[in-house]
Amino acid sequence: MKDLRLERDVQTETNKIEARKVQVYYGTNHALKDVDVDILDKTVTAFIGPSGCGKSTFLRCLNRMNDTVASARVEGMITLDSENIYDPRVDPVQLRAKIGMVFQKPNPFPKSIYDNVAYGPKIHGLTRTKAELDEVVEACLRKAALWNEVKDRLQSPGTGLSGGQQQRLCIARAIATSPEVLLMDEPCSALDPIATAQVEELIDELRSQFSVVIVTHSMQQAARVSQRTAFFHLGNLVEYGETGAIFTNPKDPRTESYITGRIG
Amino acid sequence: MSLGLLVLTVLALAALGYAIGRRRAMATAGGDLRKLHSLPTFYGWITALGVLIPVFTVTVIWLFAEGFVIHNSALSHIDPADVPADSSVNLMMADVTRLAEGLSVLQAKGTDVPAVEQDIEALKTALGDAGVAMGNDPTPSMIAAAEAVRGTAKASRLGLSVVSLILAVAGLAWGLRRISPDFRARNATEKVSLGMLIAASLIAVMTTVGIVFSLLANTVHFFSIYPATTFFFSPTWDPKFGGGSTLGILPLVWGTLYVSVISLVVAVPIGLFSAIYLAEYASRRVRGIVKPLIEVLAGIPTIVYGLFALITVGPLLRDWIAMPMGIGNSSSTVMTAGLVMGIMIIPFVSSLSDDIINAVPQSLRDGSLGLGATPSETIRQVVIPAALPGIVGAILLAASRAIGETMIVVLGAGAAAKLSLNPFEAMTTVTVKIVSQLTGDTEFASPETLVAFALGLTLFTFTLGLNVVALVIVRKYREQYE
Repeated sequence: MKDLRLERDVQTETNKIEARKVQVYYGTNHALKDVDVDILDKTVTAFIGPSGCGKSTFLRCLNRMNDTVASARVEGMITLDSENIYDPRVDPVQLRAKIGMVFQKPNPFPKSIYDNVAYGPKIHGLTRTKAELDEVVEACLRKAALWNEVKDRLQSPGTGLSGGQQQRLCIARAIATSPEVLLMDEPCSALDPIATAQVEELIDELRSQFSVVIVTHSMQQAARVSQRTAFFHLGNLVEYGETGAIFTNPKDPRTESYITGRIG
Repeated sequence: MSLGLLVLTVLALAALGYAIGRRRAMATAGGDLRKLHSLPTFYGWITALGVLIPVFTVTVIWLFAEGFVIHNSALSHIDPADVPADSSVNLMMADVTRLAEGLSVLQAKGTDVPAVEQDIEALKTALGDAGVAMGNDPTPSMIAAAEAVRGTAKASRLGLSVVSLILAVAGLAWGLRRISPDFRARNATEKVSLGMLIAASLIAVMTTVGIVFSLLANTVHFFSIYPATTFFFSPTWDPKFGGGSTLGILPLVWGTLYVSVISLVVAVPIGLFSAIYLAEYASRRVRGIVKPLIEVLAGIPTIVYGLFALITVGPLLRDWIAMPMGIGNSSSTVMTAGLVMGIMIIPFVSSLSDDIINAVPQSLRDGSLGLGATPSETIRQVVIPAALPGIVGAILLAASRAIGETMIVVLGAGAAAKLSLNPFEAMTTVTVKIVSQLTGDTEFASPETLVAFALGLTLFTFTLGLNVVALVIVRKYREQYE
């Protein structure tokens, strides 16, 4: 595995996503309370915290995936490039094309590798010719560091790949719609250490093109891949800041307890 | 000893075995439960089973063998020359059995049986008074045979009683001797339950095998007296009971396929679309109400569907479609039967498909929605393709149900075997013809009746093939996203 990387230089200071006073309710359960976060463009932001702290819930607010849960209710304001994504004029379907998502468990469609990657471009009509689509598929598989492993079997089913390859296929599929933000919900929790290292390396490379938000259970992973870290606890955002600062000099006693292993 | 009393005695011995076995187990352990390998009830059960299993096994075998022995002992009294020309040995044996029963009835009523047997006229009157009907007049050899039947049966019952009681007592003694704190009564009881499970599944399998063999034997008989080429390739179905019939299966197969295809054309879209609505869009409450309502359709007896076809759908189609278009004037049509049968198999398609669509992991839907696909695109491009093999399996199961359907066809499509393309003409199917060939006074010797078995076997092969294809597809589907 890679050494603990403490590369903290952030290329931009533009806010990609701003969240203000976000509340989420599942039925009567108040799952997320008063969350304020600014997510920077072309940066990896990690959400850490114990199970059930609301980090995944917040991630799913950013592309309105919570809309698909009947009992969920979201309040507050979240803007993408200063535009409120919960505005009634915004089509959540269009929004999700702009904010890609990779899930905890690799979930390739039971289709060929090619069709998995081509799925997004096809439904959004991003390409005009077959040749163009071929190019997009190849480019995305290359970006996901999977091209060399699958270029000879693009027509074989995506479900036949190994776990790590499947997760990289899902990343390729997500970036094929050319999103502006990539959300990752514990993308490595179902992978072995070698596949994890590959995906982490990939995340770092993707940072040059997208803003990446990653939810993780592993503090080491957050420290390795992210420039900004947010610590959630019991539905509250406890602390948010530069990753190095959070891990070496936490301001809140709860953060310190968590990163030193006393809670969580 | 009567069979009922015997059963009661053996059950009582088993109950005794249970009670003593339990107590003895406790006693051998010195009243300390922890020293026993198993709980005391297991010792009780294994002792009771030690009584029941040997008795049950021997009784079953005995009763099977008894039939053969009695039959043979009676047969030895009947000279083949005594059998009348217009009868057979089997018919005569039926009379002998009835006579034996009659004699037992007379004896129970206090009639002097040996005296009556000397006088055939007196015997006939006595039997008539006792309400025993005879096909033919009893002859001396029949009376001798009947006496042999009674004697053997009596001896056999006595033997069975003695053997059973000896076995039961021996089983009880052996079971009680086995009990010691080290005896693994729990494992032994579990072995017995395993044996029962195996026996239960064997019975199901053996029944299928038995059905196939009985069909097969009669079919072989049929083809030995009727040319197979005519049966499989003749386009005419024209049975005449005087003989000289043309028994071509083609019009029947055509009718079966035509009706089934129409019913599938009705059932597959309706069933599939309602399954998609229920699985993907309907709220939990709507689903909880609508799904059982659709399944009610599966519970309606097919004869009721048949009546619906006969008095509602048939005349409706004739008056509004067939007559105005000038393509038919009968209310019994392929279309009528197909439509009604389609309604009948909707729940087979919708209910299974609904379960299969529900089994598609939510993660696939999330993946698609997360890429900016609409719910409808997600269903069309991800959920349905993932569920497709299972859906095909559901459709094939519905199809085999449609192929085997009889009642709706009789009442909806009529009984005329025809090869025609017009869906507003009366046609008929294989199952209907099986029924019509076998109803009425028939004996299984002419090709006109034996053809039913050949038809049945053809149908069975058909649906078996469809089921195998369905199973293979469903199995493949299981490997899809695991």
